[in-house]
Amino acid sequence: MAPILQIKELSHVYSAGTPFQHTALDGVSFSVERGEFIGIIGHTGSGKSTLMQHLNGLLKPTAGSIALDGVDIWANKKVTRQARFRVGLVFQYPEYQLFEETVYKDIAFGPKNMGLDHKEVDRRVREAAQFVGLTEAQLEVSPFDLSGGQKRRVAIAGVIAMEPEVLILDEPTAGLDPVGREEILENIQAYRRAKNATIMMVSHSMSDVARLTQRLLVMNGSKLAMDGTPEQVFARADELVEMGLDIPEITSVFLRLKQMGLPVEPVYTIEQAVAVLKALKEGKRHA
Amino acid sequence: MLKDITLGQFFPGDSIIHRLDPRTKLVMLVVYIVALFVATSWISYGVMLAFLLGCILISRIPGKSIVRGMKPMVIILVFTAVLNVFMTQGETVWLRFWIVTITKEGCIRALFMVVRILMLVTGTFLLTYTTSPIALTDGLESLLSPLKKIRMPVHELSMMMCIALRFIPTLIEETDKIMSAQKARGADLESGNLLQKVKALVPILVPLFVSAFRRADELATAMECRCYHGGDGRTKMKLLRYSRLDLEAYCVGVILLAGVICLAVFGL
Repeated sequence: MAPILQIKELSHVYSAGTPFQHTALDGVSFSVERGEFIGIIGHTGSGKSTLMQHLNGLLKPTAGSIALDGVDIWANKKVTRQARFRVGLVFQYPEYQLFEETVYKDIAFGPKNMGLDHKEVDRRVREAAQFVGLTEAQLEVSPFDLSGGQKRRVAIAGVIAMEPEVLILDEPTAGLDPVGREEILENIQAYRRAKNATIMMVSHSMSDVARLTQRLLVMNGSKLAMDGTPEQVFARADELVEMGLDIPEITSVFLRLKQMGLPVEPVYTIEQAVAVLKALKEGKRHA
Repeated sequence: MLKDITLGQFFPGDSIIHRLDPRTKLVMLVVYIVALFVATSWISYGVMLAFLLGCILISRIPGKSIVRGMKPMVIILVFTAVLNVFMTQGETVWLRFWIVTITKEGCIRALFMVVRILMLVTGTFLLTYTTSPIALTDGLESLLSPLKKIRMPVHELSMMMCIALRFIPTLIEETDKIMSAQKARGADLESGNLLQKVKALVPILVPLFVSAFRRADELATAMECRCYHGGDGRTKMKLLRYSRLDLEAYCVGVILLAGVICLAVFGL
C-alpha cells in the first residue's frame, strides 16, 4: 500500500531576509505508512514543532513537498483545506485554545467547520467525548470550569471529532500527573485501534515512546538525525546523549548491568526487562 | 504571519543612533516633529528629508523594514490625499466635473500632507527601531520625573508602559499559536463577508483574553513575591548617563530647528 504521508526534502526558513532569519527545517525526508504509531523526539528548538505544522498545511514549506495519499497538499486551496481535516494536529497545551460556552460546542467546532450535517456532528462529538473519557454531563458544562487534565481531554476530543486519518500530538501529556498521562495515552491508543489511524506523537518521555511506538524519528539541529525502530534508535545511546536526549531509564539500568558483567542485552520496556531477567534466573537455575 | 508586523519593533544594533541616550532620542524626536510642522516650503522639507535619510543611513536599519512598517499607513495616506485634493480651494483649476473641482493648489497640498505624514511616521519608527522598549520607558520616566512634584505617578505610568510593551511580542506569539490551533480545526479566517469575518475572530479572541488575564495575574503574583512596591527609593541597575555623543546630537537638533525656523521666517 502506498504511504499515507510522503515528505520530500522539506525545508523551512523563518523570517527570511531579516536579522531574525532562522532555518528550522533542513532537507527532511521520510514517509509514513497507514496505521503506524510514530514517536518524534528531539530537544527544544530541533524543529519538531515546525515539522508538525507542515504536515497539515499550516506552514508552507520554503522548499520541498508534502504529499498526502500521493497528492501534494499545496496543489490547490481545496486540497489544503482537506489536509487540515485529514491530518489532525493537537498543539502543546491545547487547553489554552478552548473558547466555547460548553464542552459540547467546543468539540463540535471542528466537525462544523467541515460542513457536516447536524446529526453527523452530534455523533462525532459524542464518540470523541467517549474516546477521551468525558461523561454526558460534562458535555454541557463550560470548559473553563473543568480541571487542567479534563480541559486537555476536551481539546484533544475537539481534534479527534474531525476523525483525522493521521493524528499528530505535540507533547499531549506535558504537565499532567502520572494517572492523567496514562489515561490520555490510553485514549490515543483507543482511537488508533478503532479507526486504524496513524499517530505521530512528540514526547520528551523516552519510556513512553519506547513502550508505545513502533518507529522513532529523531530531530537534531533542524535535520532528521535518525529514523528507525525504538530498538535501533536506543542502541545508539551515545549519539542520543550527545544530542541532549535521554534513553529510557530501564535501558540505562541494563547498560549498567552489562558493564558490571551480567550477560544481558539492552532492553527498552519494563516488559522486556522482566522477560530478560526471568530468562537469566532460569538459566542460572539450570546451570 | 503576524510575527512580521513591525509595529514598535526593536532592531538590535550598534550604530551611533543605537548608542545615543534614550532621553536624547526622545527629545530629538520632539524637536524633529516640531521642525516638521514649522517647515512649510519645499526647501525646508528638503532639509528635513536629508536629515531623516541621513539618520536612517547612520542607523543601518534596512530600508525594507521601514517600508514594510509603512504598509498599515496606506489607508490613512490615501484618505488624507483624497480629502486634500477635493477639499482645497484654489485658483488654478485643473479639472472640473459635476461638483468636483481639482485644483493645482489642492494637489500640491495633498502631496505636502502625505510627505509630512510619511516623514512623521518614519521618524517615530527610527526611534522604536533603534531603542529597546526598556530603554525607552527608562528615558521617558527620567524625562517626566519633574512631574513627580505635582504628584503624577510617573514611575507607575512608565512601569505600566514597560509591561505593555514587553507583552506585545508575547501576545503576538500567543495569537499566532491560537490562530494555528483553530485553523487546524478548520477555522476559516480569510473568506466570507464582514460579519462572518468578525464572527470568525471569536475563537481567537476568547482564548487570547483568557490567557492575557492569566498572564497578568501570574505577573502580579511574581512581582509581589519579590516585594515590589513602586518607585520610592528604588535604584536602577543601568543608570542613564549622557555622553559626548548626546551633546553632539543635541547640537545637531538645535541647528536643524533653527535652520528650519530661519527658512520659514525668510519665507523660503
